[in-house]
Amino acid sequence: MSLSRREFLKSSAAASAAAAIGMSVPAELEAAANKAEGGWRWDKAACRFCGTGCGIMMATKNGKIVAVKGDPAAPVNRGLNCIKGYFNAKIMYGADRLTRPLLRMDANGKFDKKGKFAPVSWKVAFDIMEEKAKAAFNEKGPEGVAVFASGQHTVMEGYAAQKMMKGGFRSNAIDPNARHCMASAVVGFYQTFGIDEPSGCYDDIELTDTIVSWGSNMAEMHPILWSRVTDRKLSDPERVKVINMSTYTHRTSDLADTEIIFSPNTDTALWNYIAREIVFNNPESIDWDFVNKHMVFAAASPNIGYGMRKSNEKSIKEGKYTALEMETISKEMKTIVSEKEAPALAPYGYKAGDEMIHNQPGLKHWLIEFEEYKKSLEPYTLEYTAKISKGDPDESIESFKAKLQELADLYIEKGRKVVSFWTMGMNQHTRGTWTNTLAYNVHFLLNKQANPGEGAFSLTGQPSACGTAREVGTFTHRLPADMMVKNPKHRALVEKKWQVPAGTINGQMGQHIMRIHRDIEDGHVKFAWVNVCNPYQDSASASHWIKAAREMDNFIVTSDGYPGISAKVSDLILPSAMLYEKWGAYGNAERRTQHWRQQVLPVGDSMSDTWQWVEFSKRFTVKDLWMKDVKVGWGKKDMKAVPLDKIKAMGYNENTTMYEILFANDRAKSYKIDMNDPVQAGYDNSECSGDSRGVVGSDGEVFTGYGFFIHKYLFEEYAAFTRGHGHDLAPFDIYHKVRGLKWPVVDGKETQWRFNAKYDPYAAKATKETGNSHAFYGGFLKKRPQGDLNGIKKDMQLSYADKPGKHYLKNKAKIFARPYMDPPEMPDANYDTWLCTGRVLEHWHSGTMTMRVPELYRAVPEALCYMHPQDAKDKDLKQGGLCWVESRRGRVKARVETRGRNRPARGLVFVPWFDEKVFINKVCLDATCPLSKQTDYKKCAVKIYKA
Amino acid sequence: MSENRPKIERKKPLSDRRRFILTMARGVGVTALGGLVWSAYVDEVTASQLLLRPPGAITEKDFLKTCIKCGLCVEACPYDTLLLAKPGDNKPLGTPYFIPRDIPCYMCPDIPCVPVCPTGALDESSVTTDDKLDINVAEMGLAVIDDESCIAFWGIQCDACYRACPLLGEAITIVYEKNERTGKHAFMKPIVHSNVCTGCGLCEQACVTEKAAIFVLPREVAMGRVGNYYIKGWDKEDEQRLENAEEIHTQTEISKESAIDSLNDSGDLY
Repeated sequence: MSLSRREFLKSSAAASAAAAIGMSVPAELEAAANKAEGGWRWDKAACRFCGTGCGIMMATKNGKIVAVKGDPAAPVNRGLNCIKGYFNAKIMYGADRLTRPLLRMDANGKFDKKGKFAPVSWKVAFDIMEEKAKAAFNEKGPEGVAVFASGQHTVMEGYAAQKMMKGGFRSNAIDPNARHCMASAVVGFYQTFGIDEPSGCYDDIELTDTIVSWGSNMAEMHPILWSRVTDRKLSDPERVKVINMSTYTHRTSDLADTEIIFSPNTDTALWNYIAREIVFNNPESIDWDFVNKHMVFAAASPNIGYGMRKSNEKSIKEGKYTALEMETISKEMKTIVSEKEAPALAPYGYKAGDEMIHNQPGLKHWLIEFEEYKKSLEPYTLEYTAKISKGDPDESIESFKAKLQELADLYIEKGRKVVSFWTMGMNQHTRGTWTNTLAYNVHFLLNKQANPGEGAFSLTGQPSACGTAREVGTFTHRLPADMMVKNPKHRALVEKKWQVPAGTINGQMGQHIMRIHRDIEDGHVKFAWVNVCNPYQDSASASHWIKAAREMDNFIVTSDGYPGISAKVSDLILPSAMLYEKWGAYGNAERRTQHWRQQVLPVGDSMSDTWQWVEFSKRFTVKDLWMKDVKVGWGKKDMKAVPLDKIKAMGYNENTTMYEILFANDRAKSYKIDMNDPVQAGYDNSECSGDSRGVVGSDGEVFTGYGFFIHKYLFEEYAAFTRGHGHDLAPFDIYHKVRGLKWPVVDGKETQWRFNAKYDPYAAKATKETGNSHAFYGGFLKKRPQGDLNGIKKDMQLSYADKPGKHYLKNKAKIFARPYMDPPEMPDANYDTWLCTGRVLEHWHSGTMTMRVPELYRAVPEALCYMHPQDAKDKDLKQGGLCWVESRRGRVKARVETRGRNRPARGLVFVPWFDEKVFINKVCLDATCPLSKQTDYKKCAVKIYKA
Repeated sequence: MSENRPKIERKKPLSDRRRFILTMARGVGVTALGGLVWSAYVDEVTASQLLLRPPGAITEKDFLKTCIKCGLCVEACPYDTLLLAKPGDNKPLGTPYFIPRDIPCYMCPDIPCVPVCPTGALDESSVTTDDKLDINVAEMGLAVIDDESCIAFWGIQCDACYRACPLLGEAITIVYEKNERTGKHAFMKPIVHSNVCTGCGLCEQACVTEKAAIFVLPREVAMGRVGNYYIKGWDKEDEQRLENAEEIHTQTEISKESAIDSLNDSGDLY
């Protein structure tokens, strides 16, 4: 079929217009549009970088990606990109791309932990991985084998990794780097809604009157969303207000009507202040009809520690932590209530100077009366809140108070729509889960949640933190579609779908990403595999984990496209296909799932992580993993072997491989490779059909493919978990015709606002009889005990409960009492400055991709230490000169910047973490939110001096 | 700990190669400007209109007369920004200049390159405010934007120049404009303010397009000039230009003859 240029323009316009409204396009026309220009082919994909989820088109010529464009049909970005997205075509072709497996070896070509990296075949790589993983498994049990997973895994890769770990190895020691970015949001969602992910969508931006950014530099971190916020502001500059809440001035302040600089950690106080303004001073603003129908009130213990190591842990007892480090770590067990936090803790029975013993579990919570909740708000007067939260010593208290009042007034104003956005400032926080729940409180009281243009909206950092880490469930505690490892019914359901014997999935879990690092340091984990992340650069207290990896008896494998720090500290490196070198799917922050096809062949001998997992699974049989009674590395109980009769009943024997059970089963084989299928026609599929490179595979033979469409199988098997449970995904083929869809996709339609009966079919169903406007139908943590601020009271019956004891909250969400508390490490006489870390627009995470794009490298070649000019002067530092940033854990050298994009007030410095030469995570503290286990990268105490 | 890791490569003392080039350029500048070299020099003087000089440099014409090509400013620069023109550079030999796309001026607050100048070719008083050195008043050049190749003008969320600017929000500001094509995004277009921009070139260096879409030119080259005979009626500050207003004399082709002569010259009028 030949097309004139005019016809080509018409057909591609028709294709993108059809795609924009979700119509299917005749395959012939689509194929014609793809090929018309002859020399190159355009095809859609998702941007590699942040959680915004911009749609892009890739141009392929002679088997290489040569250009990218924003996809004009993509609803998120309508053809635009930020400067990272602008360089998507360049990220795969860095000069030092990893192309072959590399193993540390001695002079005789044998593995040697102290040896130098040298190329090996895929076969040798898998041989040694098999040997080391089996040894770890046999010595330490399932918990001895761990995986650092990722919010940048494709949906299929994450699902394959999860399946092999949880279904094959019976190990829940898999956790993604999304732990570092979204875990507090997740636990906030679970505790509040009983189901994960935001109620709203990006359309809220165009529909709202007020955008409040809490701990989120959207202008640099979500630039395309920020340009939508900017457009909204321009549309009605008088009506639309933008407030930036931050601990330092950054670019998001540029557009803001008001900037509120608060002292680190006091956002919990600020949210409570707004709630107090509502409850005490503007009670008429509470929508009681909404609150009575949809809300309950809840409380939890404050004395829950700070997610650091506990005094009984092995490495602490062995003295692997210095006395200086222990100054902070000791607070995990016990603190003295400070003057600053005492008023906030008074309703819980504490006063200044009291010893607080941290011995309560964080997740446990119970229901209370509204009056108890009100009691918890009482301390947050304007006076107290302003006093503890003013972040700029040079701002007058009057000016600060006026801003807080303005902030509260905007939230409260009747008829004013408000969206609260946040990212890492609120999530990377030792009370991050609390702060997330506090955001919903304010929106709920005012009935400004889950309505068009109104709601508290957690923005995601990574491109598939939602789509893979959360929805597929590559967290230690999760199974697909919000199911929990802890729940025996959920395990049974998953075992059935996976066709593995009942009891295969291990009920013991809790290996969050910091726990995996700590378990390696404690010698419990002996084999760890890094997938699509850089945990040795991105984890706080980094020196400990690097030392443990390099000096202890263990085996670390890193799969990556480039030699980052994690690759450097590994024993084996596997070259991974990068995003557009494989079929995949990502899910963005507004629940939008987006698929793409393999555009080009991987560079060198690289293969996708899916392939690596599937090849790995060939090395393990039923006998290896399921038939032994295994002692566990830690925890309460040993793992019993799966009884042989159960195994046989499923049609397996002791020599059946995990490959046959988990990946190459009959269900999988029903997904055919078919070049007449418009989705597959004309595209490579390296895993399923092999490819023209003739890569010599894990068995030493040229790899010719699995012979079935494994990506489609993995996606459809996973998607089956989501359907009918409020997470519904569309069929695989549909995603190849549209520009993503926001789940739940019911009857072919996506959902914009969840829990709202007008927009969400699940809410509509749940409110059919009551006629209510909303239904918070999430089912998790909905049966709760009753009590008051100080604890569970077994005999108590709350005014809204039908009997004492556990109360079931059908279709209801929770408003939580949460106090302000100090973080475990604050500036003092020796370490007098707050350190906050984060990103810059030009670089993605640890910079393994963007630091290899010459233009981005040139624009920002190094991480700077942003500080106030007066602080620099007082410390005798020069603009552009070098300084040391030193904490109790380590120090780095960085160049002083007093006039850049980030302008901290006196007393705080900001150092971004993308630069491996300014290794700021050696300075940061690995304290986490005890509920979410998410690290607080936003605050620790440092001293700054001339280098 | 970090100090045990390989040291970060930053400003080093002058490398041997650099020292060699410096010495050579100095030698050439100070000594033999014989026939052949001299003729090159003449061309180079014309080329010098496009050169960016160190902060505090006096007007190009006077600079060429005053600079003795000693290289002290170059040696004082902690960033290796400043270069000395060598034969074949097609620039006035031995004189200091910089190429911002390679290494911009980092605008050191203590301006080490200026006070070391022995001749006043770099004029301390021009970078001094209230008796203190003030790099923010330097006028090395002016950044100009080619808005056809600037991707911010396409709607790409870039602003790399804006964020790189040491006088962020003053020398470069962002103009917000609705993107009518998408209907829901905004353009964020950088604009340069000539009264603040020092011409340091950090923007040019940071620009992510293949050839920089924002680049520094000498102010004389980059800027137009309006006459002082029209004052903006809506801008009080613009009246300051009246201070330089002078008596006005005009002459055009039609008015070059005296009135009486032209009155008496009826030409082919009738």
